[in-house]
This record gives sequence, C-alpha cells and structure tokens, in this order.
Amino acid sequence: MVKGRAKTAVRVSASYLVLVVMALVALFPILQVFTISLRPADRLLSTSLEIIPANATWANYAALFSERPFLLWLLNSSFVAFVVTLTGVVLASTAGYAFSRFSFIGKKAGLLSLLVTQMFPATMLLLPMYIMLVNLGLINTYLGIVIMYSATALPFCIWQMKGYYDTIPPSLEEAGRIDGCNQFQTFYRIILPLAAPALVITALFSFMAAWTEYVVAAQVLQDTELWTLPLGLKSFESNMGSEWGLYGAASMLVTIPVVILFLGLSRWLVSGLTLGSVKG
Amino acid sequence: MQSATLRHRLFVFALVAPAFIILFGVVIYPFFYNVVISLSNMNLRHFRDWKIVGFDQYIKVFTEPSQPDFYMVFLKTVIWTVANLIFHVVIGIALALILNQREIRGKGLFRAILILPWAVPQLIVALTWRGMFNYEYGAINLMLTQWLGLPAVEWLRQPLEAFLAVIITNVWLGVPFMMIIALGALQSIPHELYEAAAIDGTSWYHRLRHITIPLILPVMVPAITLGTIWTFNNLNIVWLVSNAGEPGDQTHLLVSFVYKAAFNFYRYGYGAALSMVIFFILLTMSLSFMRRSRVTENVYS
Repeated sequence: MVKGRAKTAVRVSASYLVLVVMALVALFPILQVFTISLRPADRLLSTSLEIIPANATWANYAALFSERPFLLWLLNSSFVAFVVTLTGVVLASTAGYAFSRFSFIGKKAGLLSLLVTQMFPATMLLLPMYIMLVNLGLINTYLGIVIMYSATALPFCIWQMKGYYDTIPPSLEEAGRIDGCNQFQTFYRIILPLAAPALVITALFSFMAAWTEYVVAAQVLQDTELWTLPLGLKSFESNMGSEWGLYGAASMLVTIPVVILFLGLSRWLVSGLTLGSVKG
Repeated sequence: MQSATLRHRLFVFALVAPAFIILFGVVIYPFFYNVVISLSNMNLRHFRDWKIVGFDQYIKVFTEPSQPDFYMVFLKTVIWTVANLIFHVVIGIALALILNQREIRGKGLFRAILILPWAVPQLIVALTWRGMFNYEYGAINLMLTQWLGLPAVEWLRQPLEAFLAVIITNVWLGVPFMMIIALGALQSIPHELYEAAAIDGTSWYHRLRHITIPLILPVMVPAITLGTIWTFNNLNIVWLVSNAGEPGDQTHLLVSFVYKAAFNFYRYGYGAALSMVIFFILLTMSLSFMRRSRVTENVYS
C-alpha cells in the first residue's frame, strides 16, 4: 500500500513537470511577441532574453494609432469578419439542419461533396477565383473576399452542425408540432437554441477564417486603404528591424481578442467538436 | 395534403439552397474553371487570349527539370505530413492522458495555456517563429548559445534546417487540436472500466493498450483524417516561415510550390494543372484511408 502511494506521488509529480514544461513551450512565443512590443526603438534588435526589456515602453502601441493606419485596418477587418461570421452561421445552421433531418434529392452527393472540398488544395480554388474576380472587376473590393471567406469554413461548419443536430431527439420537433408550431418555428424556436454549442463553434471558426487570413487577402486587396489587419502586420514584418516593435504591438492587439474568445468558448469547443465527430 | 408536401419541399429547399448557391459559385464552378485553365496555356502574356492546349501543362508538371522538381517537393510534402501528424497525435494524446488524471489540480488553467497555440492566428504564429529562428537575434539561437552553450544554428539559411524550422513551428501549432479532441474522447470513457481493470491487477500499459486506445479511436480517426488533409494543404506556415520558399526555393510543399508558380511567376495554366495533381493525390489518399477506417459510416449514418 505504501509502495502504491509512493508510486502515485511519483506519477503525479512527473505529470506536473510535463505540464509545466509544455505550458512554458506553449507560452514562450507569445511572451516573445509581448517582449518585442515593449522594446524601445533603439533596442529592437537585442540579444537579451529578458521578458520585460530594459526601458520598456508602450510607445509602439501608441505609434500604431498615431502614425499608422492601424485603426483603419482594425475597422476593415472587423467589418469583413462580422459579415463572414453572420453569413457562416446563417448558412451552416440551416443547411446542417436539412442534412440532419430531411431526405432530399442529392443529399448523399451533397454530404460527400462537402467532404471532398476539404481535400482541395488552397490554391486550386484561389487561382480560378482570382481570375474570376479579375474578370468581374472585383479585385480591391470586399464583396469578393467576403464571399471567398464565407465559403472557406462553410463545408466544415455544415458538417459540424449536422453532427450536432443528429444528437437532438426528433421527438422534440413532434412535440413542437403538436403545440401548433410550423416547421420553421420548430426549427427556430426549439432546435436552434438547443444547438447553441455548435452555433458557437461555427461562429468562432467563421470569425477566425476571416480575421486572420493572409494568403487570399494578399492577392485580392492591393489597395492599402482596404487592407485588413494581417496585411498590415505582414508589412511591418517585412521591414524587420525598423518596424519589429510595431509588429509586436499589432500582433498583441490582433491576438488578444481571439484568445479571449477562444478561451471563453473552450468549454463549448470540447463538447461541440467531439459530439460532431462522434455522432457525425 | 398536396399543399402540405409542397410546403415541406419548399422549406427543405429554402434551408439548403443558400449554402449551395454560395458553394456552387465559390467551390464547384471554380473547380471546373480550374480544370479548363489546367488544359490551357494561360499565363501573364496569354491572360485574355488563352487557348486550350491539352495536357501540355500536366506533362510539364511531371517532366520539367526545375530546381526543385515535382518529385522532390512531393517527397518533402509527405515527410512534412507524416512528421507533423505523428507529433500532433502522440503529444496531443499524451497531454490529454496526463490532464485527465484524477489527482491533477488546476486542470482548467493548464488546459487554457496548452490551447493557446491553436488560438493565436496562424499568420502571427508563422511570422513570430520566423523571428525566433533569426540567426543573430532570434530567441532559439540565443537560448542555444546563452543557456546551453551550443553553437548557433543557421535555421533559415540552410535547406535542411529551414525545413526543420517549418516543421517545428507547425508541430507547436497543431498539438492543441488533437489534445482537445482526445480529451473529449477520454472524458466519455466510464471510470468503472479502469477500476475493474485495476482490481484485475493489470499494468498501466495494458490498460492503455486495451481500454483507452480502442475507446478513443473512433473519435481520433476522423480527426486524424482531417488533420492529414489540413497539414498536407497548409500553405500559411511554410510560405510565411520560409518567406516564400527560402533559401533558394528549397523549402516548398506542393501547395506553396503552386502558389509561387501562380502568383509570383503568373504561370496560371501550370499552377492549375499542379493543383489538379495535388487534389488527386489527396483524394486517393483520403479515400483509401477512409475505406480502411470506415469514417464514411459516420458521415452517412
């Protein structure tokens, strides 16, 4: 018995050791960005490993707003991300519901094609889409980019929503029908609120797809007035050295809202994702 | 009755149609357009006056003596995918097992910190790690030299080291997804199973092999399938960490190779053909994977 307890103590201490080391590894790059963001202009290239640099300053953050169009990029990105999230949630929640509950022509083919889209290399759609946007005169507009972003996360979100609806018993809809609701009302008033965890995941994935996307935006938004945050960030990084501090500060400001969202929703993330894949 | 079925059909149509109109415009139509471009001679010089030239571009994909050529990049993509998936799954499951132990305090805090690499935007992950791999001022070399007394490594200037740097970045990034999936699966295993096994005096390894692994497998297999596709197709990390394939276009995956051909060299026909080749590789790979693991049952049921 004593031997058993000693064994447990060793196991628990070893577990804590691994967790602490891995937590440090997970945190380190984020701390790096924070350190860079606090560096004064004359110490951007430093060989020190301190987390709070000597002469730490918030000047980089201030410069983003006073000297750079960071606020404009922030507004642009917020607008694009908001429209994409709204579109993603509406389309995925309705289509996922139909896939979960009803039989219709092309259902199997539809589900399979959603899966196949996940195998498309990013560039396979980007190249024809880019040429289409050029031909339609939609380069340097948000319309083109919003449609592209909405479609990126959509197959995964529909799949995810369907998986979650499958776990909700159909008897609830029958009960609603008896109470005199029509089909839309049973969906909207009874099923949709129950699917909140999956909706939250869908919203989060759509938002992330738009908020942080660089590769498509780099081709479509060439006018700096229209730039979203990732394009601005990349422009600071390209001048590594001179604008490295601005890069750090901007990265912190872009990352913090996403991290807060993510952590706040992480409880839903576990249940929504695994239910979706177990019962999917 | 007639009108009730009609109304029902309209309802289903209204639910599905908007998503599929968007997907048609942005996924299905471009897919076929891509097929057409891949058979054409479209490039910067022939942007409007392109014509169909047959399979020339496909032949170029397989035979063009470029540096690196298709086979080299394909090999690197396979190594990249396998290495990443092994690390993601093994570290992810290990962390989930550790976090899922009864005796561990502060689970919520550890989980929140360990999930961070997934929450940080990929662009920032890539650019920050690129900074950390900088030869003179990057944190990795500073730690190697100042703390461990080792020589500095030329991370981004040598082909092998640059490829390693890209893999390290993506391993860091991808572990939390697998950890979260495994954690969810572990929590659904009834604790009585372990208690019964403990009474029988089975070893830790025995329980892992005969209880834990078989029970989390149904959840892990779809996640691993998706993870494989996502990793194979991940353009962000390789493009941004290696700054478009540096040194000397040695650090490419198939997807970044296409991106460079299409958007830096304006070789649209060639890029489209290479995209099609990548798609068929992935399709074959995933179909055989799914047939073996029967993921499709989950899709249909």
